[in-house]
Amino acid sequence: MTLALLLEQLFNGVQFGLMLFLMAVGVTLVFGIMRVINLAHGALFMLGGYFLMAALAWTQSYALAVPLALIGGALVAVVIEIVVLRPLYRRGPLDQVLATFGLSLFFNEAVTVIWGRESIPLSIPPFLTGSVEIIPGAAYPIYRLVITGVAIVAGLLLYLLITRTRVGALIRAGSDNREIVAALGINISLLYTLVFALSAMLAALAGIMMGPLLSVEPGAGDPILILALVVVVIGGIGSVRGALVGALMVGIFDTLSRVLIPLVIQTNATSALVGMAVYVLMAVVLLFSRTGLFAAHRG
Amino acid sequence: MSEFVLEIHHLCKAFGALIATDDVTLSIRKGETHALIGPNGAGKTTLVGQLTGELRPDAGRITFDGRDITNLPTARRARLGLARSFQITSIFDSFTAEGNVALAVQATEPHSFRFWTPAERIARLRQPARRLLEDVGLGRLGNLIASRMSHGQHRQLELGMALAIHPVMLLLDEPMAGLGIEESRAMSQLLASIKGQYTILLIEHDMDVVFALADRISVLVGGRIIASGTADEIRNHPAVRVAYLGEEDNELDADG
Amino acid sequence: MTFLGRRGVLLLLLLAVAIVLPPYLGTYYTRFATQIAIYGMAALSVDLLLGYTGLITFGQAALFGVGAYAAGMLTVYGVTNAFVAWPLAILVSMLFALAIGSLSLRTRGFQFIMVTLAFAQMVYYFAQSLRNWGGDDGFTVPQRNHLGFVSLADHATFYYVVLGLLVLVVFIASRIVGSEFGMVIRGIRDNERRVAAVGFPPYRYKLVIFVIAGGIAGLAGALMANHAKFVSPATLSWQLSGELLAMVILGSANSLIGPILGAAFFLAFRDVLSDFTEHWMLFFGPLLVARVLLLKDGIWGMLLRATGAGDAPAAPEVDGPELTAPIADSKPGRSP
Repeated sequence: MTLALLLEQLFNGVQFGLMLFLMAVGVTLVFGIMRVINLAHGALFMLGGYFLMAALAWTQSYALAVPLALIGGALVAVVIEIVVLRPLYRRGPLDQVLATFGLSLFFNEAVTVIWGRESIPLSIPPFLTGSVEIIPGAAYPIYRLVITGVAIVAGLLLYLLITRTRVGALIRAGSDNREIVAALGINISLLYTLVFALSAMLAALAGIMMGPLLSVEPGAGDPILILALVVVVIGGIGSVRGALVGALMVGIFDTLSRVLIPLVIQTNATSALVGMAVYVLMAVVLLFSRTGLFAAHRG
Repeated sequence: MSEFVLEIHHLCKAFGALIATDDVTLSIRKGETHALIGPNGAGKTTLVGQLTGELRPDAGRITFDGRDITNLPTARRARLGLARSFQITSIFDSFTAEGNVALAVQATEPHSFRFWTPAERIARLRQPARRLLEDVGLGRLGNLIASRMSHGQHRQLELGMALAIHPVMLLLDEPMAGLGIEESRAMSQLLASIKGQYTILLIEHDMDVVFALADRISVLVGGRIIASGTADEIRNHPAVRVAYLGEEDNELDADG
Repeated sequence: MTFLGRRGVLLLLLLAVAIVLPPYLGTYYTRFATQIAIYGMAALSVDLLLGYTGLITFGQAALFGVGAYAAGMLTVYGVTNAFVAWPLAILVSMLFALAIGSLSLRTRGFQFIMVTLAFAQMVYYFAQSLRNWGGDDGFTVPQRNHLGFVSLADHATFYYVVLGLLVLVVFIASRIVGSEFGMVIRGIRDNERRVAAVGFPPYRYKLVIFVIAGGIAGLAGALMANHAKFVSPATLSWQLSGELLAMVILGSANSLIGPILGAAFFLAFRDVLSDFTEHWMLFFGPLLVARVLLLKDGIWGMLLRATGAGDAPAAPEVDGPELTAPIADSKPGRSP
């Protein structure tokens, strides 16, 4: 284990963490503002990858395909919000969990109808292949650097949106007190739709960027969703800062443990420990603080 | 044993920059009916939360029946005899009225890890429950599902449940809240009938009830107790008048 | 008394159908009915948590799977007597439930859902990693357990044993939810804050029911290992946890019988539709959404209403001064 290798894995961890952040911030925003837990969020990640693939096949151009895929994700999200989520705002967690679970079952099956059950590999865009020596001795893939950059930019834009714009102020206010925002005459419905579409686009963006790394297949979003939920538990429900810190923690912890644990423990149990590492982290955080590290609402 | 059932020593609690409980010291004697009044936002809810164990104070001590309960969980305090009724009705919606009170009676047992005998048939739970329902005026409504009861009946049920756990002290959080004229009369008669049998800390906005029932009154404004004394002393207290200037003694003013 | 009578008649009717019909229809249906009974038992365990305690768990499949793995492993190691293996499977799942519950039950509401999901995933990954036990592919169980001198290899015999156990579980569960313990549990569902305010510490009661439910799920898992003679991590998947929740809600939560009917519906739906298309899930998803959005009750509830067996009757409104105020709404949307 050379230092260069370790640093490379650290970078991978940060990059993975930032992808998780894009997912987790959507979950936490939707919950924080609309008090809805959305188990179909993973499906939006998955659809991002599928839409990219379909748009590429259609337009042969990344410049067109990426925005198209994002728009596709947003459209699906708007339909979901209007048809399924709106009636659920007044309902309890059980109804929301089951309805969004039903949605994710539907989407996972729908993609197999359209594109089959096989896992479809997506190639890295030709202009982003290759590596760059950022640390002497270790070449780091350009693609991963680029998507890390995109995620950081997305995060910054989100931060600016939430802290500097009117819409952002409404989002923050709505997170604290929906009734007041509604009473001010703001169209709460529209705000909710916007927030949901935003969260879906972030998930789709993550799916688009991870597509070439993970390949596109039915159910691709589910393991990512679960990790995103772990991030939200660790970071605290409703907290964007928590989503960022939690995501980086999970990303780095998961990636490093996959590399380091097999070095230290060489038994049959190794791969179990590797998969479980993140959940152990979550358990430790929970013992430390029942509501996560940065809970926005008293738990 | 001390003559004081509840002693609050220099209790402090702040939420960020907002000081909700500002060095509150208060003592309640055994058998006393002590009313706590104050304008909206005075910090009554926060104080109640710290007394019942739902909020942790930043500083200070709470002694109940000789024991330091400052950090005890809610259930432990109830077992020590601190019974409460809620400002916003908090009952078991799917249970009958009798079931609600029976569950409170059940709470007085050392534990409830009994898994076999149907609870509905256990006389030592149901009989006291029926008696308590009579006491609070719900005698004929034992079989009514709680969610179908009126608001006034809910308030009566709240009281019944508080009485069921053999309280050393009753903490009644706005028992008159939301009641109509007839119901208010019935409720104040009810409270008058239990006064003296129990130590009562009464949080209320309804001044008629407060002046009729309270032995002593404390006034909470901005998180501090600005005055504490008999009804007459409070009525004539300058600081209290200032605090209440513009506030109506109105039994309909039921927000906490 | 008519109400009690009608509901009792309905239950007896269902039981009679369960006893007579499947073996009459042949091996395929007997096996199918066995599967319904097994999933019904697992779904019942979810209902104990969901319908009676107000705990939404997305991790019950983990306990189901633990029971299956325990029974399967014991058989491979030569412990084939059901009187030994099944209690052991129950014990192991209860221990897992104790571990998972003691941590998860510190959280509430949405967090609890996510945490149970995460812990179940932990168990899933653990099972996947068991190279000696087939890893992701699982392993076959060489034979079924036996009850001493009674072999369970025959499908009809096995079905009756499973059915008998299901009836026993329903009976025990119904005693539990009607007992003093059950009252505390239901109180927690209705209003946990109130439960604490009268003097019950909620955590320990929730933990006990969580462990009990885990044991029941473990028994169902052990039966599954026997039924399929195959055990794999798929029995631990979170999709199965979700399906169990769906079964409860489709059949009517808070009823013990509802989950069993929900399991029957789910499996029948899958069976019938997969004859037409492999994409039957495409229809199940929206069905679940529709049930949540459009229907107020599940199969058992609808059945009770349709046959006039109704809900528990409320006392008739009595006139009196206490009733001058209008009937208040029950607290809106007071969810678990």
